[in-house]
Amino acid sequence: MFSILSKEIRGFLSSLIAYVVISVFLLAIGLFMWIYPSTNALDYGQASLDTLFMMAPWVFIFLISAITMRSFAEEKKTGTIEILSTRPVTDWQIIMGKFFAGLILVLFALIPTLLYFYTIYELGSPRGIIDTGATWGSYIGLALLGSCYVAIGLFASALTDNQIVAFLLSTFLCFFLFSALGQLAALFDGVGLEYSVEWLSINFHYESIRRGVVDTRDVLFFVSFTALFLGLTHLVFGRRKWQ
Amino acid sequence: MSVQVSSLTRKYNQQVAVNGISFEIPSGQVVGFLGPNGAGKSTTMKMLTGYVAPTSGTAKICGIDVSENPTEVKRRIGYLPEHNPLYLDMYVREYLQFMGRLAGIGRKELNKQVEAMIDRTGLRPEAQKKIAMLSKGYRQRVGLAQALLHNPDVLILDEPTSGLDPNQVAEIRDIIREIGRDRTVMLSTHIMQEVEAVCDRVIIINKGNIVADDTVQNLGRNTTERILFIRFKSAPVLAKINKLAVVSKVEKLTDNALRISTTNLDQLQEELFAMAVKDNNIVLEQREEAPSLEHVFKAYTKK
Repeated sequence: MFSILSKEIRGFLSSLIAYVVISVFLLAIGLFMWIYPSTNALDYGQASLDTLFMMAPWVFIFLISAITMRSFAEEKKTGTIEILSTRPVTDWQIIMGKFFAGLILVLFALIPTLLYFYTIYELGSPRGIIDTGATWGSYIGLALLGSCYVAIGLFASALTDNQIVAFLLSTFLCFFLFSALGQLAALFDGVGLEYSVEWLSINFHYESIRRGVVDTRDVLFFVSFTALFLGLTHLVFGRRKWQ
Repeated sequence: MSVQVSSLTRKYNQQVAVNGISFEIPSGQVVGFLGPNGAGKSTTMKMLTGYVAPTSGTAKICGIDVSENPTEVKRRIGYLPEHNPLYLDMYVREYLQFMGRLAGIGRKELNKQVEAMIDRTGLRPEAQKKIAMLSKGYRQRVGLAQALLHNPDVLILDEPTSGLDPNQVAEIRDIIREIGRDRTVMLSTHIMQEVEAVCDRVIIINKGNIVADDTVQNLGRNTTERILFIRFKSAPVLAKINKLAVVSKVEKLTDNALRISTTNLDQLQEELFAMAVKDNNIVLEQREEAPSLEHVFKAYTKK
């Protein structure tokens, strides 16, 4: 698994994907965080990183889909998947190698934002008034959300050998499962299912963890959500043998 | 037995790609897997390497069933897939090291093994380049090096020389012949000379069935068709020769010389001679030619 992980990471680095993803993420978040009048933290009046944690899931939808779209689609298109899967490694090792490589890249994109945390911490009046607990909770939430997105992206990529299709499918699935599902919940208002449907969306648990209480139920949701999509990826990936 | 295949079948939807084939390859043999495009060569190889699962039947490598223990089987085989897919944005050395790690070669062993393979396949002058920069011949060497890296017992090569120029073909064949000295090799091709040049044994497959399985020398003898080369003094009347009952095919080499395929050589010679006498023609030369593997191939796969 580690050889596949390191190969994927090298791939990100040598093809510039890593640098582009991290810079685009920081640029986009930086704009909202410090420049735009309506959202910037300086005029916000409160020492918080809300803007970062509000915007990051939306930016991630695009960036993580871009990171994962090639993982299986490209290997299928060029045929290298045949090389990879006739080596003495299991399908799970291939999938987990690619999963952790994607997740590590996402976490690396988050690390520079710790500087934002430090800035706000220093600028707060009095200094350090920022809600540290909620901030760390939000970071954990964002990392868990990232892992869900990576799993969704891998699944989309395993479905097709066309990277653009994988990207579009992945962005739609991420969007739907993050937020649209929760909004859909209003439809079930009358039949008492509203809460259950909303509970299924990523945003519901992300918001809950952002309050600063890392509830095992939420963590468990994220972990099982990721596991579910990795399982689906395994199913789709293994299908090649029988087609 | 290095490779044991019994009633292996593979269907794609309703189409049968491989139809219950069985064969065995003892260790140390170089076997040519011959057949027209779409005969089921690649599919068979993909089943042997565990890339696709058989619809029914079993394949064993070194006594291990591919479906039951694919990882163990993959450890024992080196595989060069058709079209030789490679990670083009990797460097030659980087790629071989990655492949070696995947094959489970230890860290200490790895560098030594990679360098040895670079020498063995003649990659030394290109070793520091990106794979995307290499010519087709060198890419093919990278593919071979990758397949050989972990000292596999069985080597499976799917069309290892397709698309190469004659010099490159000769070089790759030399490498294969050298490899074949101490391990089992199964290579697929539709080039006859390749089989004659490197293989001990030939398995001809057509439309998913094995139609011939023998040594290269025996295969030539087994066909009922025989070939006569004949040269007259002046041009013979082709139409008359074509009309003879024992003639199955006439090939005009020059105005006066012909190559005739027949099922009954003696009678053909007799009739041609009589015909020459009647037409006031003279037979200057005639001899039986050994059917080339190409003829054998055509004879087996045209049915």
